[in-house]
Amino acid sequence: MFTNFVMKRRLVALGGMLAAALFLAQIFTPTTTRAAEPLKIGFSMALTGALAGAGKAALIAMEIWRADVNKAGGLLGRQVEFVYYDDATSPSKVPGIYTKLLNVDKVDLVVSSYGTNEISPAMPIVMRKGLVFMSLFGLAVNERFNYDRYFQIMPAGPVPKEDWSRGFFDLAMAQGDKPKTIALLAEDAEFARNAVSGARINAKKVGLNIVYDKTFPFGSSDLTPVIRAIKSSGADLVYIGSYPHGSVGLVKAANELGLKAKMFGGGMVGLQFAAIQKNLGPLLNNVVNYDFWVPEPTLKFEGVEAFLAKYQAAAKGKKVDPLGHYLPPYAYAYMQILGQAVNKVGSLDQKAIAEHIHATTFKTVVGNVSFGKNGEWAQTRTLQVQFRDLKPNNLDQFTKAGSRVVLYPKSVKSGEIVYPYK
Amino acid sequence: MSGELLINAVVSGLLIGGFYAAVALGLSITFGYLEIVNIAHPTFVIFGSYVTYIINLNFGLDPVISGLVFAPVFFILGMALYRFYYTSFEKAGQESLNGLAFFFGLMFTIEVLLILVYGVDYRLVNAPYIGETWHIGFVDFPLRLTVPFVIGTTMALGVYFFLSKTFLGRAIKAVSQDRLALQLMGADPIKVKQYALGIAIATAAVAGSLLIIIGPVEPSVGRLYIGRVFAIVVLGGMGSVGGTLTAALLIGVIESFVATFYGPSWAPAVSFGLLFVTLALRPQGMFGRA
Amino acid sequence: MRKFWMVPVAVFVAGLLLTESLDNEFYFFAGYVILQGLIMGTAWNILGGFTGYVNFGSAGFFAVGAYTSIALNKAYALPLPILILASGLVCGIIGLGAGYLTLRLKGIYFAISTLAMAIVFETFINNWEYVGGASGAYILTPADSLFFSSYVELLFMVMLIIAIAAVCFARYLAVSRIGQGLTAIRDDELAAECMGVPTLRLKLISATAMGVFMGMAGAPYPFFVTFVDPLSAFSLFIAVNSIAMPLIGGTKVWYGPVIGALILGLTQEITTVTISSELNLLIVGVVLIGFITLAPAGIVGLVQDFNRKRLRAKAGD
Repeated sequence: MFTNFVMKRRLVALGGMLAAALFLAQIFTPTTTRAAEPLKIGFSMALTGALAGAGKAALIAMEIWRADVNKAGGLLGRQVEFVYYDDATSPSKVPGIYTKLLNVDKVDLVVSSYGTNEISPAMPIVMRKGLVFMSLFGLAVNERFNYDRYFQIMPAGPVPKEDWSRGFFDLAMAQGDKPKTIALLAEDAEFARNAVSGARINAKKVGLNIVYDKTFPFGSSDLTPVIRAIKSSGADLVYIGSYPHGSVGLVKAANELGLKAKMFGGGMVGLQFAAIQKNLGPLLNNVVNYDFWVPEPTLKFEGVEAFLAKYQAAAKGKKVDPLGHYLPPYAYAYMQILGQAVNKVGSLDQKAIAEHIHATTFKTVVGNVSFGKNGEWAQTRTLQVQFRDLKPNNLDQFTKAGSRVVLYPKSVKSGEIVYPYK
Repeated sequence: MSGELLINAVVSGLLIGGFYAAVALGLSITFGYLEIVNIAHPTFVIFGSYVTYIINLNFGLDPVISGLVFAPVFFILGMALYRFYYTSFEKAGQESLNGLAFFFGLMFTIEVLLILVYGVDYRLVNAPYIGETWHIGFVDFPLRLTVPFVIGTTMALGVYFFLSKTFLGRAIKAVSQDRLALQLMGADPIKVKQYALGIAIATAAVAGSLLIIIGPVEPSVGRLYIGRVFAIVVLGGMGSVGGTLTAALLIGVIESFVATFYGPSWAPAVSFGLLFVTLALRPQGMFGRA
Repeated sequence: MRKFWMVPVAVFVAGLLLTESLDNEFYFFAGYVILQGLIMGTAWNILGGFTGYVNFGSAGFFAVGAYTSIALNKAYALPLPILILASGLVCGIIGLGAGYLTLRLKGIYFAISTLAMAIVFETFINNWEYVGGASGAYILTPADSLFFSSYVELLFMVMLIIAIAAVCFARYLAVSRIGQGLTAIRDDELAAECMGVPTLRLKLISATAMGVFMGMAGAPYPFFVTFVDPLSAFSLFIAVNSIAMPLIGGTKVWYGPVIGALILGLTQEITTVTISSELNLLIVGVVLIGFITLAPAGIVGLVQDFNRKRLRAKAGD
């Protein structure tokens, strides 16, 4: 009788596994009819998890591009379709998703997910298949892979980690009242650490004395002690790499403790997001921080205002950034580049497309874009932006020029720096 | 080591510690008196933050008032939760592991529902005192942290006195010690436990309102507090609200001290190292019953 | 029972055949993730389901395994099998330490101390620049994939071997006297001690085994994702899955975690590439709650209940 029980249990378990396997196989068996007409672009995107806010905004922008390009006749005369899956900001999902996109869904082109963590796992797969890989906002991913068909739309520049903060230092050292000391602070997470490691190199290059150089845990509740320590170090410059939660805490603490410095800011993510800008308001005045696009007259590229109007309409009620200044224009632009390249080359030959992209300067909603050998922007266009004359609790001011003045690079400069910060 | 910096570090630590106490209080009750491992407690706190946000946004009510106004609703929620937990688990004697898994599941479910309803964008609130700082001599009291400290410690003290001075409070303390005796004293243990979990979840509402005053909130922020909250409750001692308050203040001060003088990166290791040592030497915590 | 060795051999051969016949690599990526869950769940269950000590810090063991692999690979460029053994060794020692903890701490206190341990490890790795610290570390996919047509097939077979080893070991524990001792400890440790069960020795074996297998599960991870940082390696999801899978399958038997891993893992992989979005998280939550309230002894328990009722009905005739 005992053996009977065991046998039955085993059979049931095996039966279950078999059923599951069959179920799985049936779902993934490719259909025999080939969808010949539409051109499929596949990608994974963070629609849940830590980066979902950005991921969802990017997706909206990409869908706008798709509608635009389809209205203009599509790519290679075919209507564009997206095939995408949520990677939940989880790197281990990415390889599986891209494999399914390529082997099962048989997509014609791929683009990346958002963020270094989600771009990197796909690299070995796209490299093996020799695919052009347009990437959305990852810092220095190609440094390790050295893939000649990788293109990064984030305008970091040819040496991403250092170019990221170069503007901040150029501005500081150009002042009459030259700063001598600097405090470096990084949140314990990938982008922030990398940005600050670049800043460290830049600081040493221009001969600044680093008087404070620490990191803080991701998601710390209270950053008052950190700001106090920086304050007591008496640093002239404060360069920070942080994520939204940390950025808000640091700006608030800096104001509460009356931190004085010649320049404050640098690589703080989150200060570009509408909800946070509105809440912080005047607390942001005179902070110099990175950004990618602001509504200044020097950045009114062809098509960007029309795009933003479409984005803002589409974003209503979707619980993403309502203004869409930070990431969406670049998500639209990187699709523009891919589309223009495919149409120009006239086929899906990945090698030809890659060579074309390397050799061309593209006109996009974020201006002229050209890529260097490593797939990064040939010249850095990471803006250093200073918040000015902000009023409390007012979102509208961020849609107008003058609230975020572009100080760097010179080609798009729209105002002079207010120095010192406080 | 400058004296000014030291005193400010301690004050900073106390302020954030008061807030930690507010978050850990609910868990102290459920864990200490009901022996329920409510790992979803920080998620309830986040839920409270969102409610505060909605009320603040639509009615302009001060966040703290919003939290207090909504606490009774959370109280009822807590009672219902206990009812469900009791019927599904305690009656059958299935607590411990299964109860744990249940609350894990609950944690994910609440988090996802928040994402579905509110999205993943950060939420913040506005209040006139956020951004203001009092200066007493060379000591800074940023109101953004001082108000939560005051509310948090008041709530903790309130619960402490409730538990020691009122009949229901003492019944809650008694129900985990000797259920039969409690019944003989004329109190229904099930009802008492219901009220206890109700109070615990109600404190989560208030703690949530304090959390969103201190910083921006999005659904997964709760996960950052799980470890800390358990550490505080265990360090303070099971079944001791006073212990929880003390432990919360202690951990706040330690974190602040390490962050100011050595580098914030090591603060978690120090806090949890302390927890470890406590567990190794005196598992019942500082003030727990042996 | 003596013929059991045929099962792992059959599974291994089946795996090899799959790598030869299936062209679509997607199955291997998904399979890797499912096997990872299976190993973690089986390992967790050795200390959790068999012995009754709940471990909240599974992600800590997993991540230490992954980072040991990264560190040794960076220092000496060792082949994968050595890395796996090394990770198993390191995490086994940590497991041994956790085993000693059970002397002082029971129940929820033990669980919290495992959580504290995981957080302490995370802080150390965050500050360990050699493996990239919080900035993360890149591991490039090796070009050499032996006789397999792609590297992921190699990883899949490696995980399959580890999974077979873990399940066989769990089964060995379960059917041996050690298993009976562990059950006694789980039911009533004090009584077991009084009856002469060598509780400390058994708990140490149990905890060390858990550590070894969790470490081995983590060792190939860097090669799978190419980029590892502490935030993703110490993820809460790993910890919850390692508890959820045994609970769904059934904690009291060695094949419970296998069933749970297959069901939960398959479901998660399927939903990732079909329904997508938040529903994936929701499924874990709802399934956990559902199973815990309706089927506390897991699927195995359900089947046992069903069998029992049928037999009773038959006997009543």
